[in-house]
Amino acid sequence: MALGVKSRLILSRLAQALPALAGIVVVTFILTRALPGDPAAYFAGPAADARSIAQIREQLGLDRPLPVQFLSYVTDLLQGDLGRSISTGQPVAEALMQRLPASLELTLFALLLSALIAIPLGVAAARRPDSWVDQACRLLVTAGVSLPTFFTGLLLVYVFYFILGWAPPPLGRLDLIYLSPPQVTGFFTIDALLDRDFATFRAALAQLVLPAMTLALFTLAPIARMTRASMIQALGSEFIRTARASGLSERRIVYTYAFRNAMLPVVTTLGMVFSFMLGANVLVEKVFAWPGIGSFAVEALVVSDYAAVQGFVLAMAVLFVLLNLLIDVVYTLADPRVGMEG
Amino acid sequence: MSQSSPSVQTGLRITRALGHARYALAANPVTLCAVLLFMFVLGCAIFGPMLAPYDPLQTNGAMALKAPSWQHWFGTDQLGRDVFSRVLVAARLDLTIAFSAVIIAFIIGSTMGAVAGFFGGWSDLAVSRVCDTIMAFPLFVLAMGIVAAAGNSVINIVYATALINIPFYARMARAEVNVRRNAGFVHAARLAGNSEWRLLAVHIFPNTLPPMMVQVSLNLGWAILNAAGLSFIGLGVRPPDAEWGIMVAEGANFIVSGEWWMALFPGAALMLAVFSFNLLGDGLRDLVDPQKRT
Repeated sequence: MALGVKSRLILSRLAQALPALAGIVVVTFILTRALPGDPAAYFAGPAADARSIAQIREQLGLDRPLPVQFLSYVTDLLQGDLGRSISTGQPVAEALMQRLPASLELTLFALLLSALIAIPLGVAAARRPDSWVDQACRLLVTAGVSLPTFFTGLLLVYVFYFILGWAPPPLGRLDLIYLSPPQVTGFFTIDALLDRDFATFRAALAQLVLPAMTLALFTLAPIARMTRASMIQALGSEFIRTARASGLSERRIVYTYAFRNAMLPVVTTLGMVFSFMLGANVLVEKVFAWPGIGSFAVEALVVSDYAAVQGFVLAMAVLFVLLNLLIDVVYTLADPRVGMEG
Repeated sequence: MSQSSPSVQTGLRITRALGHARYALAANPVTLCAVLLFMFVLGCAIFGPMLAPYDPLQTNGAMALKAPSWQHWFGTDQLGRDVFSRVLVAARLDLTIAFSAVIIAFIIGSTMGAVAGFFGGWSDLAVSRVCDTIMAFPLFVLAMGIVAAAGNSVINIVYATALINIPFYARMARAEVNVRRNAGFVHAARLAGNSEWRLLAVHIFPNTLPPMMVQVSLNLGWAILNAAGLSFIGLGVRPPDAEWGIMVAEGANFIVSGEWWMALFPGAALMLAVFSFNLLGDGLRDLVDPQKRT
């Protein structure tokens, strides 16, 4: 019975993602077609003359009424067609797919890193409010949201590459002397391990550490803040008082009872964290010349490659919706209270 | 009842508010620091161009890439321009972008939210849909897309930053108005013959301002970061204009060869500004709602 309730909840959550997706498609359509300025001139690129602009207009169907254009836009999207990049001539969807693993590897590694630091920190701060751990946590949280990601990245490069010489030069995913490992997952570190090529693994990891630290510093703040707040709330609740009165060990109270309850609100704030992270990704990729979708968009911006930028915006938004969906589904499955009252 | 009673009451209220502010500031030295920092940053924005020792655009080939010295406190850049003067002058542009964006977002967002929260119905539905759609995007990415589509200029950076901030104000105003919609003082004002719009604008909306101001302060820091990030990737501000984000971007090319001052000082200025806004926001929150401290 409980399973039935849960799967129904998940289905309704999946249905809720549809308006968000529809909204995204409408907004990107407005961004591509309905803004002031001539979209045909944008798509044709800066070097085009009047004739080629007219040709592009006809080719893209920009001379037809807006609703018709919208329909063909949606039809193209459903076929996975995001248009063609004018600078490389490559289909935008293909270019994004090629570069997605690099961005995902960076983002997920950074998220793992920041969770490993932020969650214990938040728990420690919540256990002793106003102690030095708590003050340190508060300082880190305020400093963390004040740091411009691109600036922290540069500082790390200066300290760890230029002064200490510990890190490799900030130029992409792998030093030129190594060959990229045979592609399985697209994550260089995992692929190198699967290939049992430990030298390449170490080289890929060395390239990954600094950009991941930069992103992690940025996401540390919201996770630590939320962990602290929800842990304090959990520790102050009645079931903890009961557990204490029953004489359970402190370890058991904190980790088994309070921690598991406190983690659920933290999981839901991950959605906001992802929003910041996908944006910060663009800046970090530029600093470290990381060949992901963020630097693809920046390169496209520089040459006014219009289709590529809008394809990127759409892809990021869809990725964000899917990540939020995933979080909610995991939440629904993980929370034993969901569906109990049904 | 004497004639002076309302003004005496207002005076009393102001004295009490000031007393409360002084108490809160004394109890929390960090907030006092935040206020001083904020004044300092604001002072730089207002008086910066007058205080700058050099012309921020004046190039000098003989003095290119010099490390900080007594003559050039923050060193010089690749064209021999004085980094200290440029950092100081940039404060005005950065703060203007952030303030205008947040003010636009506040006006549009709070109006939308207040109408939605007060009247409900289809207006509520429409406002919520618009907010959900904006929030469905990673916000920095949406700002990138807007600036790329609408044209690469400073004013479009302001509009894009304002647009991505609207949902925060709209949601907050909606919630704050909604809880007061059926309060006793609203019924009393309605019976006294106030129109619905007047109720909303004069009686309910001013009550939502304290929490909204906290949001404004916290948002300012984020708006500066956002605008600087956009100019870091080459949107909006064009060289040779002085702006912190673009200065860090120019300095980034030199950091691998050890010329750290070009990126460090504008980056540190940016950090200081954001840090002071965030601290101020936290302090204001303590002042407005002592229970909400986390």
